[in-house]
Amino acid sequence: MAISQSWRRAWPGRSGRRARRPARRHRLALGTLAVLVLAVVLVPLIVQLDQQLVDLRAAGLPPSPAHPFGTDEVGRDVLIRSIYGLRVSLVVGLVAAVGSVVIGGLVGLAAGAAGGLADRILMRVVDGFNSLPHLLFGVFIVALFAPSATAVIVSVAVTHWTTAARIVRSEVLSLRGRPFVDAAISGGSGRLRVVRRHFLPNLAPQLLLATVLMIPHAIWHETALSFLGLGLPAHLASLGNMINDGQRSLLAGDWWSSLFPGLLIVVPTLAVSALAQYVRDRANPRWRSELML
Amino acid sequence: MTWIRIVAWRLAFAVPLLLAVTSGMFALAKASPFDPVRQYLGERAMVTSPEIMAQIRANWGLDRPLIEQYATWLGNLLAGDLGESRSMRLPVAQVIGERLGWTLLVVACALVVMLAAALAIGTLSAWRRDSWLDRLITGTAFTTEAAPVFWVGLLAIWVFSVSLGWLPAGGLTDAAATTVTVPDLLRHMVLPVAVLAFSQSSWLLLFVRESVIGVLREDFVTGARARGLRGRTVLVRHALRSALLPFITIMGARVPELVTGAILVEAVFSWPGVAGTTIKAALAVDFPLLAALTLLATLAVVAGNLLADLAYTVADPRVRVLGVS
Repeated sequence: MAISQSWRRAWPGRSGRRARRPARRHRLALGTLAVLVLAVVLVPLIVQLDQQLVDLRAAGLPPSPAHPFGTDEVGRDVLIRSIYGLRVSLVVGLVAAVGSVVIGGLVGLAAGAAGGLADRILMRVVDGFNSLPHLLFGVFIVALFAPSATAVIVSVAVTHWTTAARIVRSEVLSLRGRPFVDAAISGGSGRLRVVRRHFLPNLAPQLLLATVLMIPHAIWHETALSFLGLGLPAHLASLGNMINDGQRSLLAGDWWSSLFPGLLIVVPTLAVSALAQYVRDRANPRWRSELML
Repeated sequence: MTWIRIVAWRLAFAVPLLLAVTSGMFALAKASPFDPVRQYLGERAMVTSPEIMAQIRANWGLDRPLIEQYATWLGNLLAGDLGESRSMRLPVAQVIGERLGWTLLVVACALVVMLAAALAIGTLSAWRRDSWLDRLITGTAFTTEAAPVFWVGLLAIWVFSVSLGWLPAGGLTDAAATTVTVPDLLRHMVLPVAVLAFSQSSWLLLFVRESVIGVLREDFVTGARARGLRGRTVLVRHALRSALLPFITIMGARVPELVTGAILVEAVFSWPGVAGTTIKAALAVDFPLLAALTLLATLAVVAGNLLADLAYTVADPRVRVLGVS
């Protein structure tokens, strides 16, 4: 019986068919991110949002050369507002990601460096935080502390630190067994010195990657909260607020005012995960599973 | 009996977790700058005398120390009393009781759809690995994974309700309907269930694909092929079956994401379930209701993990013998 074509595809390496060369996706991803970051930095310098005042004569216009993303229900250009919104979301996402990695890094460092009972307790705490539905916890925090950028950032940071804690802990555990750490300890270095001089510099790449990977999560969380009316103040052009505002126009058939802000969440997220995949394939296989998104 | 040990272990973890979550909620509520009495009275707070406000405060037990408030709440909870919802002016148990069924209905249907779709499409994708079909499937899955569920829901409303007019945009029944009829309910369920299943199934699909591809490389698969078994038989009976094992555990671990998805889907489609009520409770700073709903969600997560562990012992004989690591 001849081996079927589909079997051959499912079974690479023995079928004579060469495995597909990895696409140069990371270049496209980097390029996309660069364009978006440039837009976020440059557009506010050129177009002031004050000029985007309500203009009812231009309300609800579909995409056209003058307004590539159309206009919203009060006549504001969706493209410009989306770029402003992306800027707000990026800043909130970046701060929240840094916050969560700092918390997670400290916990992971403490757990990994202390070991023993402290390690086990801290890891149970990590498990505990992982069993909370993140959005619900965020809703709880924001509801009790008035919707604001700070409340959103805090709620993202305190719910998303567990991934970083796991990565840092496993990295510290492997560093602890290295000869240069043994040498430092037998040379009389204290715990703090070992952490500062030997652990932190070796952890830097992982921490950086964890932060970059956390940004899309943080943005997602921010937009979800804003969409529910529990995020950033409603007057602020953020991607979540814009999708929320676009809801009414959408029911009237004006799809563009929600579609484009959403695309500005999807595209950078895809770009970041493509980059992460690229880095992961070239990095230490041990923390692959920890970084799975 | 391994499963008794598993249940005992999970419960030993669940009790401190629930205590930590609930006491954390009370600590946050205490730190909150909002005055629940003013929130409750709304505009009437302007014209209500301080004595009456103090009276309400005393009725709710807010004048007592935090520990005492928490102990009272916990005691009432164990006695089956969840308190009174401040925004809906109804017992919390009644608010949840009326809505829990609708949430479970949507989530259960979505789970069935997503399991069936992810298993079938994921296996197909692994089988036709590197074909245009596989690339289309994985590309769509990665995009769905990146797309916020509420945005997908809005786009679905735009396509199927606004443009095509096939399905209603939200709610449980037609606005004019006075009773819930099955055909009407089914029509209203299609979009929420489909969106929830669609947004949750992408990671599952990718996971099934990865593990089937992994198993297809194993020796026993080669052996089965060498013995002359049909390709399809090997795929479904050998490869898919082994690939399912890690899948059961990961299902249990995804309950938090399912809760998040349910909250957003119910909010988009104005579905009258408990998850969407959470948002209303949060916007009204209705602490008793919010606390009960948070507790409920945490319980769902604990139950999900427990069920996954138990299912794993049934599915994998090795665990039954060796115990959980």
